[in-house]
Amino acid sequence: MSSENGKRLPETDAAGLNFEATELTLGLPGKSRVTSDGGAKLGSKRGFSETVDLSLGDKKDTNKLGQTQSQIDAREAAPGSKAQVVGWPPVRGYAKRGKKSCKYVKVAVDGAPYLRKVDLEMYNTYQQLLASLEDMFSCFTIRNFLNEKKMDQVNGIEYVPTYEDKDGDWMLVGDVPWQMFVESCKRIRLMKNTETVELAPRTPPKWSRRS
Amino acid sequence: MRKKMACSLPDEVLEHVFSFIRSDKDRNAVSVVCKSWYEMERWCRRRLFIGNCYAVSPRMVIRRFPEVRSIELKGKPHFADYNWVPDGWGGYVLPWIVEMVGAYPWLEEIRLKRMVVTDECLEHIAKSFKNFKVLVLFSCEGFSTDGLAAIAASCKNLRELDLRESDVDDLGGHWLSHFPETYTSLVSLNISCLGSDEVSLSALERLVGRCTNLRTLRLNRAVPLDKIAYILRRAPQLVDFGTGTYSADLQTDVFSNLAGAFYSCKELRSLSGFWDVVPAYLPAIYPVCSRLTSLNLSYATIQSPDLIKLLRHCPSLQRLLVLDYIEDSGLEALSSSCKDLQELRVFPSDPFGVERNVSLTELGLVSVCLACPKLQSVLYFCRQMSNAALVTIAQNRPNLTRFRLCIIEPRTADYLTLEPLDVGFGAIVEHCKDLRRLSLSGLLTDRVFEYIGRYAKKLEMLSVAFAGESDLGLHHVLSGCESLRKLEIRDSPFGDKALLANSAKLETMRSLWMSSCSVSFGTCKLLGQKMSRLNVEVIDECGPPDSRPDVCPVNKLYIYRSVAGPRFDMPPFVWTMDEDYALRDS
Repeated sequence: MSSENGKRLPETDAAGLNFEATELTLGLPGKSRVTSDGGAKLGSKRGFSETVDLSLGDKKDTNKLGQTQSQIDAREAAPGSKAQVVGWPPVRGYAKRGKKSCKYVKVAVDGAPYLRKVDLEMYNTYQQLLASLEDMFSCFTIRNFLNEKKMDQVNGIEYVPTYEDKDGDWMLVGDVPWQMFVESCKRIRLMKNTETVELAPRTPPKWSRRS
Repeated sequence: MRKKMACSLPDEVLEHVFSFIRSDKDRNAVSVVCKSWYEMERWCRRRLFIGNCYAVSPRMVIRRFPEVRSIELKGKPHFADYNWVPDGWGGYVLPWIVEMVGAYPWLEEIRLKRMVVTDECLEHIAKSFKNFKVLVLFSCEGFSTDGLAAIAASCKNLRELDLRESDVDDLGGHWLSHFPETYTSLVSLNISCLGSDEVSLSALERLVGRCTNLRTLRLNRAVPLDKIAYILRRAPQLVDFGTGTYSADLQTDVFSNLAGAFYSCKELRSLSGFWDVVPAYLPAIYPVCSRLTSLNLSYATIQSPDLIKLLRHCPSLQRLLVLDYIEDSGLEALSSSCKDLQELRVFPSDPFGVERNVSLTELGLVSVCLACPKLQSVLYFCRQMSNAALVTIAQNRPNLTRFRLCIIEPRTADYLTLEPLDVGFGAIVEHCKDLRRLSLSGLLTDRVFEYIGRYAKKLEMLSVAFAGESDLGLHHVLSGCESLRKLEIRDSPFGDKALLANSAKLETMRSLWMSSCSVSFGTCKLLGQKMSRLNVEVIDECGPPDSRPDVCPVNKLYIYRSVAGPRFDMPPFVWTMDEDYALRDS
């Protein structure tokens, strides 16, 4: 039994990667790169620039170690911050040591019989959050409305990430800077695409503003 | 030749002798000696430990043990701690409570771990068990402060209420005020998991004041620093104390008041809490440090120099939980100050960051292992490791019983040689002959499992992630580890062959968890059909597993032995594989 010396080095070397090459890191034209502070540094309401293409659910992308391509991509994402392999490293979720609080919200998916909880304090950017949701709900195609041309029709159904804020309104995820989102989000729902036209966001949906 | 009866002692004598036999293992051994011992033992067993609530049914338990006073139950698999088990998976305690209300009216103690407890359960407990004394909810969820209010209002003989690490819904209502003014029997209260606004301070102070037997008090974050002195002065007999937020603007009168209050606690042996700690207030605890045996600083974001100063005052320390801010230098200081150290846990301050943020390496762990002769239990998060360090640890600390190492980046090789860490972990299992629990990390081939199978004969629990190369790895463990009870594996290329070849072994274990491995759906079905005393559960969030070919790997698999048959409280995303699977699912 040979050991493969040095052949199986850790998957990622985030510093050396070209952003545009990976699926998960696309920005709007002219916007700045993702930083580890995510949207917080950028002042305006539309201040963040990460978009995520969460077209997934295909087992055929699994490599022999059971890792999906998305998990590998997720870890190759933004430098300076670690995109999540779900549940790794194994630190207990409820007590984020060294952090002031943890912000657990329930995540529901239309049509799926189960809920998950995520701790929003564990992420720094929308990209990380959506990558993690992608891992957890790996059967569904989750589409980010900022990225229409990347629509994946594999499953035929798309899910749009939405959330309920402090005022009880349902908003599209990605509408406000990250920190504002963390503070105001009460729960998350991945809605079937057909229902999103009924949402009443504070800012108009992105697709209506795009020229 | 006629055999003599094993024993013809009168029942009263047997019962008296059995009353000295406390451990479950011994009780179980006693019960299989002969029929009369079985009968006598079952009538006088008072404490029950059920490591998997689905291994047996409440009715079976009650039928065999009619006079139980204390029960401990565990529900979800361990990996649920890291959010890998979806909500709704199971672990409901209500069916147990409902049965016990009728069968055990004199039940005194309930201890639950990773179970779903509802307010309805708590209300049942409050109303039905007149002599109820101890409630421990470790890492549980599903209940609110309303349920706690019911317990507080009705359990006149309550001694212990411990909510450690549970997830409690705050519905307001000042549940603590529901302890009547006549209630004085509290000995232990742990509310450290409660959120910010769930405790009324004045009710807490009055409660502490009138419960003169209080020995353990662990407050939650909401209790401010300046209230601690008042509380401590009312409970100078405390042995175990957990602060709330340990932060305030530095004021000399607050400080001296606090130091004086700590000084008056001559029995204090254990401290915890320390959220948001301000280093300037740490010296207030110096009066008690020389007697401290346990210190939990895992929420304290203090840096190494302050930690070193503190640890110098704690020569009797046996147990330390701390963040990696302690760094190698702090661990070095620990190793020279605390020669009685038995347990060390170092947690990551920035587990999800890519860059290393603290100067903590394998050297810190090595220095403690070299210098602390009583060290038995280690949990250590770090970013680099070498075989040489592991071998040094193994050779110098053969008395280790628990060794859990988490190298933060998966599949990290020995940073000196770039080789896998097989040899290092191999040394650990070879030298530490009493090792009961092991967690692996780093780059590992099948070889490490060969070592584990060969040497780890006392190993009871093994955690594996991102390791191994083939089924041979899993086969080594299942065929070699004679004492193995719990095995949990994620993201490792283990599959069908090893499981099928060792299926009988699975009946000797409590449970096996495998997620993101290579076990096919077909094998799951086969195991479920073949092994009637195993529950083979497939967790699949993408839909019924038989909508895909049999060769497809399942996402999550949980196998556990059970005499109760398949459970029926499963959510839609969990399927039990058994003979009826095909019939039920069509």
